[in-house]
Amino acid sequence: MADYEIDDRVDITDVVCPMTFVKAKVAMEELEIGQVLAVTMNDGEPVQNVPRSFKEEGQQILKLIDNENGTYDLIVKKLED
Amino acid sequence: MAVDYAALKKGGFMRQKQKNNFSLRLQVVGGNLTAENLKKIAEVAEKYGDGHVHLTSRQSVEIPFVKLDDVEEVKEELAKGGCKPGVCGPRVRTVTACQGNQICPSGNIDTYDIAKKLDARYYARELPHKFKFGVTGCQNNCLKAEENDVGIKGAMVVEWDEPSCIMCGVCVKACREGAITMADGKIILDTEKCNYCGRCAKACPTDAWKGDTGYLVSFGGLFGNTIHRGEELLPVVTSEEQLFRITDAAIQFFADNAKPSERFQFTLERVGLDKFKEVLKEAYNG
Repeated sequence: MADYEIDDRVDITDVVCPMTFVKAKVAMEELEIGQVLAVTMNDGEPVQNVPRSFKEEGQQILKLIDNENGTYDLIVKKLED
Repeated sequence: MAVDYAALKKGGFMRQKQKNNFSLRLQVVGGNLTAENLKKIAEVAEKYGDGHVHLTSRQSVEIPFVKLDDVEEVKEELAKGGCKPGVCGPRVRTVTACQGNQICPSGNIDTYDIAKKLDARYYARELPHKFKFGVTGCQNNCLKAEENDVGIKGAMVVEWDEPSCIMCGVCVKACREGAITMADGKIILDTEKCNYCGRCAKACPTDAWKGDTGYLVSFGGLFGNTIHRGEELLPVVTSEEQLFRITDAAIQFFADNAKPSERFQFTLERVGLDKFKEVLKEAYNG
């Protein structure tokens, strides 16, 4: 069911809240509408909050992938500037 | 003429250390004041006080250093800016609230609306002792619901809508209670673990969690000389009508059973929690 191609990636595991979403949002700004971003984030607070923040910004979340190493990849499609 | 301090206190005038000086408490609901209110408060504080105001621990405003002789004039002046004196003493106090779902993305309920309705229903009602209501919008509990005699916390009763779900897995991680698991193309909610925070619904990218408004109500909170965390004695409340039946029952129980100067929690301990639970159950079921 993974009908998407990743256009860009960003790793936010090196920052903490609230910089996690800021870094992810900056990476998203570089993309064109319709493109897909993969955001690698830590378990815990980032994975609890970053998906919801993207939703509130009007972007489309496609999938959250457990990398089984304490990190997750959130796949987000850009719908709005 | 002797000064009637009890009457002044009832009208929100708190006696200060300084003779013939009073700190005037205003009626505020849910911590909201209009710009017009604030302008008038500033004007009165400059003209009749010493030019400062105090924000109380429960979202009210006090204007200190009002002189006894000016009390009536100050009331008239404040009324022109839409401000009314508050109350102190053995009665229903300021109804506090967080910003709620009209402003805050985390809110599950319109706290200000509930606070206004509680205020209209009970504010200043005479009781054996002070009685406090607080309304918080969600489990973040910015308004500290359990500090109050009756605390109300916004909740969301959720249900998974399979056709809308893309099985992305976001809700499994958004849930802090470990109540959601994903297995064999299904999402399973453990309702025993769910605390009605609504984070799954708020995080879900496809709105596959349908949420209904709910209220968690706590009773007997104290945060003064004695500290006691208000206890939730009922399952989640699912309508406003049901909520007000419960608050009516709680305040009436206090009015009927409390001794003078006895806070709600001590009444509950003395009279017995079981007796109160019976009354609550009746109100809950309507």
